[in-house]
Amino acid sequence: MLATIVPTSTWYLILGAVLFGIGMVGVLVRRNPLIMFMSIELMLNAVNLTFVALSTQLTDINGQTAVFFVLVVAAAEVVVGLGIIVAIMRRRSDISVDDLSALKG
Amino acid sequence: MELFVFICAAAMVLAGALGVVLRSNPVHAALSLVLTLFGIAVMFVSQQAEFLAAVQVVVYAGAIVVLFLFVIMLLGVDRAENLETESLGVQRPLAIILSLGFVALLVTTIVQGRDSLNMRGDGLITADSGDHDANIRQIARSIFSNYVVAFEVTSVLLIVAVVGTVVLARKRKSEKDLTGVSA
Repeated sequence: MLATIVPTSTWYLILGAVLFGIGMVGVLVRRNPLIMFMSIELMLNAVNLTFVALSTQLTDINGQTAVFFVLVVAAAEVVVGLGIIVAIMRRRSDISVDDLSALKG
Repeated sequence: MELFVFICAAAMVLAGALGVVLRSNPVHAALSLVLTLFGIAVMFVSQQAEFLAAVQVVVYAGAIVVLFLFVIMLLGVDRAENLETESLGVQRPLAIILSLGFVALLVTTIVQGRDSLNMRGDGLITADSGDHDANIRQIARSIFSNYVVAFEVTSVLLIVAVVGTVVLARKRKSEKDLTGVSA
């Protein structure tokens, strides 16, 4: 009986939504910039999962092409973000975004 | 069988995601992220996006997470932080309520709109057609014909990111050295 149930694209979309929500909680709740970056990666992956699920459902390759570009931009984003974190950590030893209010107007 | 794969991959994805958010040690969080990324790659395979699954493992699990771990070790922040005493106050329950509401909104939209997804694109060529490289071939045709400008722009983006990171993370000497010939 269970073998006849095939996961449809709706299942993947819902999983993507839940994953996005978990990533959102991570960005909002955690104060370690590294963990916040990882949570952003979670959200990007949720979007990738949604893209691929819809690409399969709509039989359109453009969804998978979009995921390719998201991957490239995510890599660039992580590289620049971690560079900024390293540069900040050179000046102060504590790592918490609450302390980084020097630019506050 | 497909159901079994989906359940296992979903369990991997959710367990890893919760690990990223809840583990107090950054190293553990990064390793949980690997679990999530592998689960996503399994889901790509089960949806016949084999190229993206391979790229996912190579780029995310192979490069991005290693970069994360590298920075964690480099900065020496691989110790557990106390999650309880963070000065967040009302923000934490507010964030959880906000996210739950957002997920509920998304799930409602997905369930309500699931019947409207019957449009057809140009068609996907999967490995079932006998050509085992069909997915790669089709993505390549898409990238290098319709999206070739975007592809070139991403190469510029990568160059900018590399140069920017080198400049940002460079160890600054004293003022005299900065104005000197040998930077």
